[in-house]
Amino acid sequence: MGIVLAVFAGFALALVAPWITGATGRATGWLYSLVPAGITAYLSTFIAPVAAGETMRVAYAWVPGLNVDLSFYVDGLSLFFALLITGIGTLIFIYAGAYLKGHHHLGRFFAYLSMFMAAMVGLVLADNLFTFYIFFELTSFASFVLIGFNHDEAASRRAAWQALLITKAGGLALLAGFLLMEQATGTLQISAILETGEAIRDHGFYTAIVLLVLAGAFTKSAQFPFYFWLPNAMQAPTPVSAYLHSATMVKAGIYVMARFHPVLSGTDLWFWLVGGIGAFTMVLSAWLALQYTDLKGILAYTTIMALGALTMLLGLGTETALKACLVFVLVHAFYKAALFMVAGAIDHGVHERDITKLGGLRSKMPITFGAAVIACLSMAGIPLFFGFIGKEIIYEATLHLDQAALFFTGAALLANVALVASAGLLAIRPFMGPLNDLTSHAHRPDTGLWFGAAVLAVLSLGLGLAPWLLDSAILAPSLSALMGAEATPHLAIWHGFNLPLALSGVTVALGVGTYFAWTPMRQSAPFRALERWLGTGLDNGYDHAINGLLATATAQTNFLQNGYLRRYIATILGTTVAVVGYTFGHFGFEGPVLSFVGIAPYEWILSLLIVGGALATLFLSARIALVAALGISGFSIALTYLMYGAPDLAMTQFLIETLTVILFVLILAALPTLSEVASIGHRLRDGVLAVATGSMFTALMLAVLNQPFENRMGEYYMQYSYSEAQGRNIVNTILVDFRALDTLGEITVLLIAGFGIYTLLRLKRSKTSEKVEASRASEQVEQLS
Amino acid sequence: METLLAFVIGALVAIAVYQLQRRDLVRMVIGIVILSNAVNLLLFTLGRMTRAEAPLIELGAKLPPEGSANPLSQALILTAIVIGFGLLAFSLVLVYRAYRSLDTVDAQDFVELEFDDA
Amino acid sequence: MRLSLILRTAARLLVPLMILFSVFLMLRGHNEAGGGFIGGLVSASAFALYAMAYGTQDARRALYADPRTLMASGVGIALVSALIPLFSGAPFFKGLWTTLPGGVKLGTPILFDIGVYLLVVGMTLVVIYELDDDGLSLFPRDNRPGTTPPSSPAA
Repeated sequence: MGIVLAVFAGFALALVAPWITGATGRATGWLYSLVPAGITAYLSTFIAPVAAGETMRVAYAWVPGLNVDLSFYVDGLSLFFALLITGIGTLIFIYAGAYLKGHHHLGRFFAYLSMFMAAMVGLVLADNLFTFYIFFELTSFASFVLIGFNHDEAASRRAAWQALLITKAGGLALLAGFLLMEQATGTLQISAILETGEAIRDHGFYTAIVLLVLAGAFTKSAQFPFYFWLPNAMQAPTPVSAYLHSATMVKAGIYVMARFHPVLSGTDLWFWLVGGIGAFTMVLSAWLALQYTDLKGILAYTTIMALGALTMLLGLGTETALKACLVFVLVHAFYKAALFMVAGAIDHGVHERDITKLGGLRSKMPITFGAAVIACLSMAGIPLFFGFIGKEIIYEATLHLDQAALFFTGAALLANVALVASAGLLAIRPFMGPLNDLTSHAHRPDTGLWFGAAVLAVLSLGLGLAPWLLDSAILAPSLSALMGAEATPHLAIWHGFNLPLALSGVTVALGVGTYFAWTPMRQSAPFRALERWLGTGLDNGYDHAINGLLATATAQTNFLQNGYLRRYIATILGTTVAVVGYTFGHFGFEGPVLSFVGIAPYEWILSLLIVGGALATLFLSARIALVAALGISGFSIALTYLMYGAPDLAMTQFLIETLTVILFVLILAALPTLSEVASIGHRLRDGVLAVATGSMFTALMLAVLNQPFENRMGEYYMQYSYSEAQGRNIVNTILVDFRALDTLGEITVLLIAGFGIYTLLRLKRSKTSEKVEASRASEQVEQLS
Repeated sequence: METLLAFVIGALVAIAVYQLQRRDLVRMVIGIVILSNAVNLLLFTLGRMTRAEAPLIELGAKLPPEGSANPLSQALILTAIVIGFGLLAFSLVLVYRAYRSLDTVDAQDFVELEFDDA
Repeated sequence: MRLSLILRTAARLLVPLMILFSVFLMLRGHNEAGGGFIGGLVSASAFALYAMAYGTQDARRALYADPRTLMASGVGIALVSALIPLFSGAPFFKGLWTTLPGGVKLGTPILFDIGVYLLVVGMTLVVIYELDDDGLSLFPRDNRPGTTPPSSPAA
């Protein structure tokens, strides 16, 4: 129960935030942060039992017929992520309160943010594939509204749509993957799926499942070639970037891969696809980051780099790699959230984020500066900081691979060099050097603006000094869940002089070199080309794809829905005739023996009247004659009903024919006669289609009549009409009792038609009609004069 | 008779389709009427026809007489006839209303006027 | 259109009979040929005939209720007949029957058929009356002294 409350507390806050924010004033951020803080505190009580090897599960039936439960599952991995989400969330809430102080939509903002947090907590704790999927989509939706928060800016709207389209497309793929997963394992319960061992890997759907699930994970976690939405998402207010697009939501994709790692990983497909794409994304984005001078641009691409690294580690799949993955999730969340908050504080104080224009801010915002330095040292992987531990294990993991160790170590080295340079840019450029025109007017940030960054900096430093604190409480249970086997990891500051340490040294040295070569390198042709092709290039490609889609839709609409009913009819009927004709040609046509023996003379006469009346409408032009011909056809049909045991139908048809005549006479008297204007060729073309359609109907009917008649339904009604429905007229009992709901629908349609007619006749004249009437009047005047 | 009606219905559909393609909207409505009639007859025929009894249970009896007509197709058609009338009335009024506003019953003119109004 | 004396005389005789017959058709529909749809159509034809003979204004007056109200209350009554069984714990649309003293059986399906009847009458008359009011004036205009007929349209 408590877990459900923990998930839904955020939704509750989302519901009330818009209404109460006006009253909370300056304290808003601090006050609302009590919600994530409370959830964090509650979830912390699970740390001890989970570390002792327990798991908790709560389930409520949701759609029992489809085995869909609202169920939650707490194990090492879900608890790890849930604590990260609510813990960072607490700091972000405080920060957002200060960052958006006085914003007229502050309440709305917090509603979105709480909704996101709740969705994210629900996602990581979910224990049913559908519950998981629904929360997964909710995070995409929350991201959409948060990116588009400044919805009066076109760039925000575009970025929001882009993120939504890409992550939702991935979400649909994920849903398909989940459905196949259910096929393979026979259950929707995630904790049960994780127990199935080789069931998915041995199943014929394995490749499809991996590809579909990865499509969901890669779009969400911004892997190549889908990563371009993430830099655009920086249009969102900075607290959103810090929280969603760095620390948490983009890690939902990582969580998907981690959650199903025990049952999906371990194959060559997984190793090369996940490891390879991850490594490629990591290297590419690390160097792309150096192309940008916008603080948030650099942070966005280094975030993609981190996501690439995490993906790569999940692909490699060794125990060390998985341990590295978990540690790096924490390392990255701490320094990246801190740096985003720093970037936001600078933006808030100076209204500028370009590092080539900033400088000297260390004196204006000393605490922010301190936090930024510590976060950047952690990011660069300098010893004594948490990031150092993370980087050491990554090198250890890639060096000890059974295959392609050199390739992945090289990739990691290459990416980390660029990361060191980025860290240097972020820590040094805005703060060192002299104050300039812009920065000298910077104002000192509020407590809320530096508080979160400071806390995270302290964590980055503290965990760098005492990493073993994480061993048994956090790391061991989450790693066990990730591996699907018992694990007892140990983190230490010092591993002795070994290859990873040497690589770290090389990384820092090369990184410092890159930092000093930054300006010329950034402006060199190859790097510009890289950005042009894989940075803005992919983004433009997205535009082309969307525009192409719209153009296709427009062209198709113009072709198929051009306003000419004749063409609609020709398209629809032509296609139908072709398909039915093909079916008959392919499977053969079996009709009954055509025999007209035993048909009474009056039946021939009726048939001739039915067809003759209709046929006459083609050749008559006087309106009243048309109506008469139509009536002959209709009354003959009524007689047919009467002769074949359907008195109800006959009566109805007679009455309807009568009313139809009245209606036609009423209206046709007011309408002009239009003589046929179509050319012989057109008429011939229409006639061919008409005859083809008519022949198709005849052929279909003959084929159906040749089949034995199955009348269980009719016999059911005959048998129960009197005993169940108390009526002796079976047609009537079907209408008003057995199928009364259908009849209710039908009379509702008639009601709507009746009001539609009433409205049409009483409608106010439109502009066009006024124009027409004006021209008609002027013509009359001309004729008179 | 069922075989004969298959051809009758084919002819009705052909006439209806031809009428639906006319530019004169009144002829189009007539096409709709003929098509409704054809489809009703189709349902009636495919529910199998019998010259015997109506599906009515005699007073005092519990079951209809042996071999009476199929009530299911009749129930379907009965509502279809009335709905068909609703459709007819609505389309006729629409044509009439369009004529009052646009001064034409030619479908061709509608396409041109539609773009004028924008 | 001018008033026809023959038509008026015939209508005066026929219309009440037709309406009576339509109610009869509707009520017996559960057991014999007939029913709400057919009854409703007969009744609508009766009022249409009345309108032809005396004009729509008189016909409206003879009907008392606005045809739109008839339509809406028809669907409403049908819906109510579907809801009644819910109160006795039976499922939606379950036909409930009771036998009055004298052997007359009453049930929710009959109520449903009454709803269908009203809907059909209302819908048909909306079309006919509104069309004529719109200025087609095929039916006679009110010709009593003191009232002026509305102007006919330019069409």
